[in-house]
Amino acid sequence: MTFALETHNLRKEFGDNAAVRGLSLQVKQGEVFGFLGPNGAGKTTSIKMLLGLVAPTSGSATLLGQPLGHRAARAKIGFLPEHFRFHDWLTAHEFLTLHGQLYGMSATRLTPRLAELLELVSLTPFRNKQLRTFSKGMLQRVGLAQALLNDPQLIFLDEPTSGLDPVGRRLVRDIIRDLRELGATVFLNSHLLSEIEITCDRVAFIKHGEVVRVSELKTLVDGETTVAIRAGGLTPEALNGLNQWGRDLRADGQHLTLTITDDSALPAITRHLVAHQAEVYALTPQRLSLEELFIQIVGTDGGL
Amino acid sequence: MPIFIIARLTFLEAVRRKIVLAALLLGLAFLALYGLGFHFIIAETGLSTENEPTANLLRAQVYNFLTNAGLYAVNFLSLAMGALVSADTLAGEIGTGTIQALVTKPVRRSEIVLGKWLGFAGLLVLYLALMSGGVLGNVYFQSGYRVPHVPQGLTITYLVSLLMMTITLACSSTFSTLATGGIVFGLYGLAFIGGWVEQIGAALQNETAKNIGILSSLLMPTEALFRRAAYEMTSPTAQALGLSFGPSFVISVPSPAMVTYSVIYLGVMLGLGLWQFSRRDL
Repeated sequence: MTFALETHNLRKEFGDNAAVRGLSLQVKQGEVFGFLGPNGAGKTTSIKMLLGLVAPTSGSATLLGQPLGHRAARAKIGFLPEHFRFHDWLTAHEFLTLHGQLYGMSATRLTPRLAELLELVSLTPFRNKQLRTFSKGMLQRVGLAQALLNDPQLIFLDEPTSGLDPVGRRLVRDIIRDLRELGATVFLNSHLLSEIEITCDRVAFIKHGEVVRVSELKTLVDGETTVAIRAGGLTPEALNGLNQWGRDLRADGQHLTLTITDDSALPAITRHLVAHQAEVYALTPQRLSLEELFIQIVGTDGGL
Repeated sequence: MPIFIIARLTFLEAVRRKIVLAALLLGLAFLALYGLGFHFIIAETGLSTENEPTANLLRAQVYNFLTNAGLYAVNFLSLAMGALVSADTLAGEIGTGTIQALVTKPVRRSEIVLGKWLGFAGLLVLYLALMSGGVLGNVYFQSGYRVPHVPQGLTITYLVSLLMMTITLACSSTFSTLATGGIVFGLYGLAFIGGWVEQIGAALQNETAKNIGILSSLLMPTEALFRRAAYEMTSPTAQALGLSFGPSFVISVPSPAMVTYSVIYLGVMLGLGLWQFSRRDL
């Protein structure tokens, strides 16, 4: 297995305070990886270390197989910083040209790529306007285009949907989907858990500067389902039989809850209850949303 | 080449943010005022217009003094320009985070600093060419007088503004814009006062005062450098009398070693700025 990004005990101290205690992560090539955690958990510092903006106090990491800060690796990386600020006296076209040149792109490669990206982020009509006249959403779009200039193999998106309206958010989702199809690796930091839920393959939860859990989003969201059942005329056999499909069975009169690991158990549960002459009024799978999971893992104290 | 991309960007920024326009307009205003002043001084101070050796010699001394006085003002304006354009460049971009999208590109951090340095150096050479060209042109077209050793003198004057810009850039890699401004103008003030202490010390033949002045010049060579530049451009007659027309009559003339020292000082400052910016967290 080749990893697009691998860190071992990456640590950053500011004075006495350890912003990141020991970050160990492995992100596979071609996956969309979500990076979750409460405010102050060390997410931004972690991303800054990965991008060479901040030097780690200890630990090591590789990006695209190269040690941190390697120039050749940086040519294949895209980055949309949080609160992206620009030289706002440049026009959108000049701004993208500048960043393309810094990527070392030739004019023959850059010219068609610029037109393509401006079209993608719907800024073609504004390409000759100075960035200072742009709205927050337009700035975010031009920032995204900047991060895509070099057809990156690994792209870091730090809060890419902040400042975007629903149309803009859908654009970000579509871009991430396209990147996945192209085989690029996406490292996504977002507070919008619904975005993460839709786009990511795996997520890491970090708290106090450490990874507390890394999980496939599929098993996270699909894997654990609590089913709420309302049924009358339940016999003990009918009740006990339910344990074969799940765990944590709780019964309170007509109200039952059961945690199952696979949605395919739902028809079987229905058949079982009906076969035992129970009167089934409702059978509702209650998905654990990423938000609930987030709070479960990180805690309601917000990790402070 | 990333250095040239950044240099071009720096230049473009000065144009777009109307820094060049403001400098140009105020520069022209200064030159107009200087030209007017020069005209009335030579017309109304009863200088002999006779073409005989003593009158010619006296006129040359007055023209020389007035030219160097104008160049002293140009020197101040260009060193202030050097400090003002570069004070915010790194500190500001670090503060706002603009720098983040730049340094994560496949460029060395040192290339960003060198690119900015080169851009400012280009701006300063244009500014100095305009302003000193204006002063020298004013004098020449009004009186036909040419100061001696212009290339040497102006090269040293350029070094003054480059030095100021480099020190500012180096501070800007570490400190905030305000702190940078405070440090740089504090240093300039030190050199300014030190220069006068040295002059007075030389006039009164007080070795201690002279040494204090020299020490301040070592800490910040800008003032001493201009005195050397003025000495280069002073008429041979005044030089022969052991003085030159700097900001006023310069009695203690810094040696050519001061120029060498300043070049080394500049190199060390640039190196410090590069080193500090390359290792700091952004």
